[in-house]
Amino acid sequence: MKVTVLVFASYAEALGRDALDVELPAGATVASCVEAVRRLTGERVPPRPLVAVNRRYAKPDTPLNPGDEVAVIPPVAGG
Amino acid sequence: MMPPRLTTQPLDAAALLASVQGATLGGTALFLGTVRRSPEDGEVEGIEYTAYEAMAEEELGRIVAEAREHWPQGRVAVLHRLGYVPTGEASVAVAVGAPHRADAFAACRWVIDEIKRRAPIWKKERLPDGAARWVEQAHA
Repeated sequence: MKVTVLVFASYAEALGRDALDVELPAGATVASCVEAVRRLTGERVPPRPLVAVNRRYAKPDTPLNPGDEVAVIPPVAGG
Repeated sequence: MMPPRLTTQPLDAAALLASVQGATLGGTALFLGTVRRSPEDGEVEGIEYTAYEAMAEEELGRIVAEAREHWPQGRVAVLHRLGYVPTGEASVAVAVGAPHRADAFAACRWVIDEIKRRAPIWKKERLPDGAARWVEQAHA
């Protein structure tokens, strides 16, 4: 299944883009999506980043569905 | 209809305060987070705030909803500014109205702490020489 992964801030800057398309097997988890992103980007994203699925923080074992909005989130600094 | 929690305009603290006041609410607390210049960080001229906007709106909304669960008689309003905020101007405002001051203070503190912990918002400092650097959350 195809998943679009949004990246932000320092990660987007390191990658020179703000989104990546990732091909994953059905039932893949957030963890395997992060691994795929790391492979595609020469490990410019750390091993266990903050990840959101459909705009909520998600744990590494969260399963993904086609069309999910996944985001890899650098350490936050708002407020 | 939920009020927006993100804006690119200077924050109107008076309007935010007014939105949480009411005849039964004896205590009103306002927190403003202001972009500061600190000698140890270099002469920061301002901060560029960016966000995962769709999620930041939702997460700020969840924080306000949770505050209302903890303090059911309270009114809570939050506004975070995005874009370039010069030193000395506010980047975030939290206003709470409650029947008594203990809850107003406690809820206000809790909300800003949660915003800093959870909101997908980032900041990049602008320095006088034109350099810019990403900031990681540090201070309390």
